[in-house]
Amino acid sequence: MAEVASWKVKTGLAEMLKGGVIMDVTTPEQAKIAEEAGACAVMALERVPADIRAAGGVARMADPTVIKKIMDAVTIPVMAKARIGHFVEAQILEALGVDFIDESEVLTPADDLYHINKHDFKVPFVCGARNLGEALRRIGEGAAMIRTKGEPGTGNVVEAVRHMRNVMADIRRLTTMPKEELMTAAKEMAAPYDLVLYVAEHGKLPVVNFAAGGIATPADAALMMQLGCDGIFVGSGIFKSSDPVKRARAIVLATTHYKDAEMLAKLSEDLGEPMPGIEISTIAPAERMQERGW
Amino acid sequence: MVRMSKIGVLAIQGAFREHRKMLEKLGADVIEVRSAKELTDIEGLIIPGGESTAIGKQLAENGFGKKIINMARQGLPIFGTCAGMILLSKNIDQSNQYSLGLMDTLVRRNAFGRQIASFEADLNVKGLKGEKVRAVFIRAPFVVKSAPQVEILAEYKGKIVFVRLDNLLASAFHPELTDDPRIHEYFLKMIP
Repeated sequence: MAEVASWKVKTGLAEMLKGGVIMDVTTPEQAKIAEEAGACAVMALERVPADIRAAGGVARMADPTVIKKIMDAVTIPVMAKARIGHFVEAQILEALGVDFIDESEVLTPADDLYHINKHDFKVPFVCGARNLGEALRRIGEGAAMIRTKGEPGTGNVVEAVRHMRNVMADIRRLTTMPKEELMTAAKEMAAPYDLVLYVAEHGKLPVVNFAAGGIATPADAALMMQLGCDGIFVGSGIFKSSDPVKRARAIVLATTHYKDAEMLAKLSEDLGEPMPGIEISTIAPAERMQERGW
Repeated sequence: MVRMSKIGVLAIQGAFREHRKMLEKLGADVIEVRSAKELTDIEGLIIPGGESTAIGKQLAENGFGKKIINMARQGLPIFGTCAGMILLSKNIDQSNQYSLGLMDTLVRRNAFGRQIASFEADLNVKGLKGEKVRAVFIRAPFVVKSAPQVEILAEYKGKIVFVRLDNLLASAFHPELTDDPRIHEYFLKMIP
C-alpha cells in the first residue's frame, strides 16, 4: 500500500538536500537568483534575520502571499518558518503546501515551554540545536532534520562553529561509553534514551544535520562542511552582501568542493563586500536568538 | 556475489553517501566524483537524487557533463535515481534546465506533487525475483513518454517509474534509502 508522510519520506527529503545550500529569500526575484545559483532549496521569508534583528518587536510567520509567490517562482523545494510552539502557523504552512517547515528561533517564540509536536504533521520539520541533547529532543518531537542555531543575522560564524563542535563532541563521547553509562548520559543531556542509544551505536544523528546562523562567505560554508555538517543554510549572508548573484554561486560551489583549497581560493576572489558583521559580545544575552528554544 | 567493480558516485549534491553505502555493502569499490578529472578509471556511474537544477548547473560547466556524455556513448553504465533520472532524460517537461540528454524519454519533474504528496509503495519490477520492491518517491518525477527502444521495468498506477536503455538505467524512486540491495545489484550486473 502507498504510504504518505512516513518517517522515511520525511527524512528522505532532507537526505536529498545534503551537500547543498538553502538560501533565505524574501521575493520571487531573489528566489530565482537562488535557484539560478544552484540552491537546493529556498526559505521563504518576509524579512531576512538581519532585518528582523534590526526591526525588533515580534517576528511572526510570513504573509502567505509572500510564500505563495515564491512557491510559484521556483521548482526547487520551498521552506518557511513558524514560531517555536506555534502549531497553528505550522498548520497554515502545511495547508499552503510548503515542502519543509523551520520551527525557528529567528521568529519570536509563541510558547515558552513547549515545541510543536511535529509528528502530527505530514510536512517535515527542521529545528535548530546548540548541542546533542537539544537536537535529540527536537528529533524526539518529530524533527526530520537538524541545523545549528548559530547566531542568525550576524554574519559571524563563531556560534555555528561552537554548536557544530558541541554536537560532534557529544556524539563522539556517547560512542565511547559503555552501555550502563548511557541512561545517565540521557538524563544529563535531557534527551530521549532510545535516540541516545541510536547515536551511541551509529556515531551520528538519526537525521541530516545542517549548519546555519552566521554563514557569510564561501570559506565559512567550507569550514562548516569540514567540521562535519551535511549542508548549509545561508540567511542574511547572500542578499545583504554587495553582489548576491556571485556570492550565492560561490557559496554553492564551496559547499560541494569544501575540501579543495585551491578551488576555495578562486571562489573567494572578488566577491565584493560581505554583509556587515556583528560581534557576538555586543549583543545582550537577552537579544540572542539562540537562547530561544527549550 | 558480484565481482569488485570501481563505481563513481556523482557527489555534487544529494544522497550520494547512501548510494556509496549500498554499493560498498555489495562489494564495489566507490569513488565520489565532484569534477571531470575524477571520472577516470570507473566502470559505472551513479547520478543520485538531489536537486536536478543544482546538480545540472555544475555539470554544465568545465566540460563535466560533456565528459559523462562521451563516456556513456562509449558504453559506460550509468544509473540515475530521481534527479539522476531527470538529468539522463533527453526532454524535461516545462523546463529548459540542463540535462545530459542521453535517454529517449520525456520526464516530468515533481510529477506526483510537492513534498506532502511524497510516498512509499510496493512495486513489481520486471526481472526481479522475490518480494515486491519498497520504493520511496520524494518529490519524484515520472516518465511521460519514452521511445520504443526504452525498456519499461516498473510502473506505479500507470506511470512509468523505472526504465532502461542499453547501458543506462533510471528510477524515479530511491533504492538507496532502503535496505533492499536488488536494484543496485541489477545495475552492477550491467557492468561488462
